[in-house]
Amino acid sequence: MKMIYALFGRPFYWAETKEQMYLIGVKSLFLIILTGVFAGMGFALAFAVELADFGAKNYLGRIMAISIVRELGPVLSGLMIAARVAAGITAEIGAMKSSDQLDAMVAFGIDPMKKVVVPRLISLMVMVPSLTVVMDVIAIIGGWFVASFVSNVSSNLYWSTVREKLIFGNMFLGLLKPAAFSLIIASISCYKGFTSEGGTKGVGRATTESVVLSSITILIVNFFITKVIFATIKGYL
Amino acid sequence: MIELRQVHFAYEEKPVLNNISFNIEDGEALVIMGPSGSGKSTILRLILGLEVPQRGEIIIDGENISELREADKREIRKNIGMVFQQGALFDSLTVGENVGYYLLEHTKLPLHEISDRVGKMLGFVGLNTYEIINKLPEQLSGGMQRRVAIGRALLSTDPKIMLYDEPTTGLDPQATSNVIHLINKLHDERQICSIMVTHQIADALAVGDRFVVVVEGEVAFDGTLEHLRDSQDPRVLAFLAPFRESFDRVHHIKFA
Repeated sequence: MKMIYALFGRPFYWAETKEQMYLIGVKSLFLIILTGVFAGMGFALAFAVELADFGAKNYLGRIMAISIVRELGPVLSGLMIAARVAAGITAEIGAMKSSDQLDAMVAFGIDPMKKVVVPRLISLMVMVPSLTVVMDVIAIIGGWFVASFVSNVSSNLYWSTVREKLIFGNMFLGLLKPAAFSLIIASISCYKGFTSEGGTKGVGRATTESVVLSSITILIVNFFITKVIFATIKGYL
Repeated sequence: MIELRQVHFAYEEKPVLNNISFNIEDGEALVIMGPSGSGKSTILRLILGLEVPQRGEIIIDGENISELREADKREIRKNIGMVFQQGALFDSLTVGENVGYYLLEHTKLPLHEISDRVGKMLGFVGLNTYEIINKLPEQLSGGMQRRVAIGRALLSTDPKIMLYDEPTTGLDPQATSNVIHLINKLHDERQICSIMVTHQIADALAVGDRFVVVVEGEVAFDGTLEHLRDSQDPRVLAFLAPFRESFDRVHHIKFA
């Protein structure tokens, strides 16, 4: 709650936010691209083999679009960013706490919530959905590669069937999830950093807990969002 | 003036301070001594408003800091500089950015003006500005880090009160001497009230006008060096026993 409250009102640390956007967004890009390419190709390969048994290989594009945009893209992006960023945030804040840097900030009239937490929260809220879109695009391109060069599905057919499923409902679900995941990653990683105790050992323990808890929470929340939203916007899917 | 009135403090279930009362006059140099874990650093954190006591009052210039809102605490803190254990320099910022931190965050002074003030402050604390201003804290020795931390506290708001939390712990004798000299210089030249927490008896005697000994969360002694030397309180005797030789030597040097 403190984190959300700190979002509003001045001061706003724009320089720190830009720096965090770079660290979280740009620095995660390679990881996201790599994950997207191979996840997309792997999925396409597995689906193509199964669909071929039913003579339904032409549906590969549709299945890829639905599974990647609704589920795979958001979840994989969330997990990858949780692994890379949550660990970093918890370790950084934990180290600042154990070396009294957070208290030093307070002594100098700076609110650590606004200076440390808010820039990371905003950066995650912007960057996790953005990276998810990148992951979606790359994974679908990976799927196209397998469809065209391995499974002999024509490019035109693949892309036209992908486009059929890039509709409001799927896109909404595919962007709502990463927005929720960004809140999960920010709140858990910052909380674990602020509450870490016991020096470097404690920071290490908090970092591990932060990644594990973020990952599990992402998977659980993903299921419930799918369940609730699917029922709500079924007509748009 | 700072006054602690019957302060009780506990971290969750673990009691740290029990019925602590003493006061500090403007311009005084007070040293809080005691064994590790006796609650000395917690007293500084309470004075700065980083912790809130479960019972009791901490009055600073007539205001009970523990009852104030965070925004009001910030006003009180403008008169207080704090040098944390190990310095607590921001490790992602350069020395210059650390020293000018308050000015960069809270003022709209042009960068060249801040840079000038940082340079002067580094000179004041006895450091070579051009050599270290662009270095990261990790590239400095422990003694230099403490002096940068003192400079950072001084450049914040021109404080009337300086809190030093074990400022010489882990330093070699030369670095210790430099830091003690700087603390005394601030006290003598600027009439800044110094409150230093330490368990180094030699440093305590070199800085303090008055001494408070805290043992197991209680004030076991409050008085001058002469009274400390003559104290018959078993808790004070037990604390001073390992240092008796250096205590006598330093006392002799100081009053010879």
